[in-house]
Amino acid sequence: MKSLTKTAIACAVTLATFNTFAETQITVATVNNGHMIEMQKLTPEFEKQYPDIKVKWVTLEEGVLRQNVTQDIANGSGLYDVMTIGMYEAPIWGERGWLEPIDTSGSYDVKDILPSIRGGLSYDGTMFASPFYGESSMVMYRKDLAEKAGVTISDRDSWEHIRDAAAAMNDPDNGVYGICLRGKAGWGDNMAFLSAMANSFGARWFDMDWKPQLTSDEWKSAVSFYVDLLDNYGPPGASGNSFNENLALFNEGKCGMWIDATIAASFVTDPKQSKVADQVGFAQSPYAVTEKGANWLWSWALGIPAATKNADAAQKFVRWATSKEYIQLVGAKNGWGAVPTGTRQSTYDNPKFRDAAVFAEAELKAINSANPNDSTLEPSPYVGVQFAAIPEFQAIGTTTGQMISGALAGSLSVDKALESANRSADRQMRQAGYY
Amino acid sequence: MTLTQQRKLKTLLVGLASWCVALLLFFPIFWMFITSFKTELQAISVPPQLFFEPTLENFTVVQERSDYLKHAWNSVVTSFGATILALIIAIPAAYSMAFFPGKRTKDILLWMLSTKMLPAVGVLVPIYILSRDYGLLDSKLGLVIIFTLMNLPIIVWMLFSYFKDLPKEILEAARMDGATPWDEMIKVVLPLSVGGIASTGLLSIVLCWNEAFWSLNLTASEAAPLTAMIASYSSPEGLFWAKLSAASTLACAPIVIFGWFCQKQLVQGLTFGAVK
Repeated sequence: MKSLTKTAIACAVTLATFNTFAETQITVATVNNGHMIEMQKLTPEFEKQYPDIKVKWVTLEEGVLRQNVTQDIANGSGLYDVMTIGMYEAPIWGERGWLEPIDTSGSYDVKDILPSIRGGLSYDGTMFASPFYGESSMVMYRKDLAEKAGVTISDRDSWEHIRDAAAAMNDPDNGVYGICLRGKAGWGDNMAFLSAMANSFGARWFDMDWKPQLTSDEWKSAVSFYVDLLDNYGPPGASGNSFNENLALFNEGKCGMWIDATIAASFVTDPKQSKVADQVGFAQSPYAVTEKGANWLWSWALGIPAATKNADAAQKFVRWATSKEYIQLVGAKNGWGAVPTGTRQSTYDNPKFRDAAVFAEAELKAINSANPNDSTLEPSPYVGVQFAAIPEFQAIGTTTGQMISGALAGSLSVDKALESANRSADRQMRQAGYY
Repeated sequence: MTLTQQRKLKTLLVGLASWCVALLLFFPIFWMFITSFKTELQAISVPPQLFFEPTLENFTVVQERSDYLKHAWNSVVTSFGATILALIIAIPAAYSMAFFPGKRTKDILLWMLSTKMLPAVGVLVPIYILSRDYGLLDSKLGLVIIFTLMNLPIIVWMLFSYFKDLPKEILEAARMDGATPWDEMIKVVLPLSVGGIASTGLLSIVLCWNEAFWSLNLTASEAAPLTAMIASYSSPEGLFWAKLSAASTLACAPIVIFGWFCQKQLVQGLTFGAVK
């Protein structure tokens, strides 16, 4: 009996020791967005499903996250096992072998992921990051103000019509501005919006020889139109506004229209955040000469760095967080209006989601109409709608954004801004060896 | 106007100007504090609201989302650890430069100060790679070493100025009694400089506590101090001012209370040598 007890104790100790050693800890780097924070809160559900995996979170500001994960992945530090990256990074890092391909086998149902999103996160047919939520851009407008001004906003209006509507709704004496658009400099700020707008004017970032095209007539027309529009019907200080500033203005009832990320729809229709929640209408982005690339495409996705020592556990976490089951879990726990959108067709097929999200149809239409592989009227050599997926673009886009933001603030003319931006882009492309 | 009236008016004006400057400096902290009790919608409202129904919701969110005590502990360990280590290195250095100056002492002091003029981002990549290779990424020891190196020039300079003001005669008297340089430093200089060392240490603690650049770049989940916690509340998509203010208030509170108790020493440390 004694020896049996001893054996049992020895077995228990061994098992406990084995369990201690078998536990894998993964570190996930993410950005502070509502959906990501919700994922953080639901992590115990994942740990319940995989008791041998513990998840640690590092939440960072977007700019810091980009810098940290780039440092980590480029130096192979292995500080993070899962990192939140965007559609810009995924194909570039995938090509360089910095990311593990995502395991899409079995029950993951990769075909359910919206094709444009899947394509944007892949390189050479292999998906290198799994979409957590996706977005395009669209028009959000005040139905009450439009009605009062006697204007209608529809899908794919012309930019001239949008300008006329902005003029009709503009009432600065009562603190209402016709249109709010991004003006703050940055490749992911004003240039995300402006690239899509310029696409619709027939512009492109580079020709087929990778020569920058910022001094083209199309770019000049688009940027001149944008500057005039915001000068006449935009809020004061528009050159300092990006997503959050415009969200605050719109929710305060100070914008007639706002063209920005589809994810904003869930914020502007939330009565807890918005004073005009029940007055918001949606329409597809406007265009000038072509609908190609008129609305952008973006996704915050989860990638696994090649330097991770816990690839298996990281794969399990990514598959869980980007699965249909996860979306159902959020729907059941927090309501269908709170689920991460823009990733899976099954979300939009779900009647509960369609009932809860008034913007569902407009969002899906916008995402499906964006094609990162064919976003310009004339042929272009790059992938991406509101960016060119090459490493040099961050610097080129931000410099161009600074010049255009300067033109919006009135410190230089549109022509001068585009000439300077083109010169800078030309220098960088030359130095990088494109020609 | 009589001379007494003129003096009274001057005192009044100087007092008024001091209050204006103090209020101006304090206003951002006050605004951060009251914003932390607003809802996100109140935080962005135009015109800004001074009177509102306060809520503790943001503090609850911060408490739920972040391990405040862990971040605060990391801040305490790195700030105090780096300050103690820096003082251990700086006291003998400043002592030798103040009492046994060589031909190049001034040049060395200037060179030390010049390292503070280099933007930190200029050495980010080599420091990051060194930290990775020595296993110091996301470790409190790594931050302690970086903070020590970061503050060492200022600490050496402050202690050097303080030691220089000590009367040389006391040291000569000690020498006459047979004291070695080590005895002089431990038994004479240190007891006479406790105030200066304390105020230098306090300043170093405040600088370490508020440091964000290296904390954000060299830490992840284990060693992240309070500055990293604050940064995590900024959001690219969504309103965050009220929650960010709550996180900032919680992060500032310990060092503000600490500074409140030690303000006399801090002011002394910042102003010694200013008037001779």
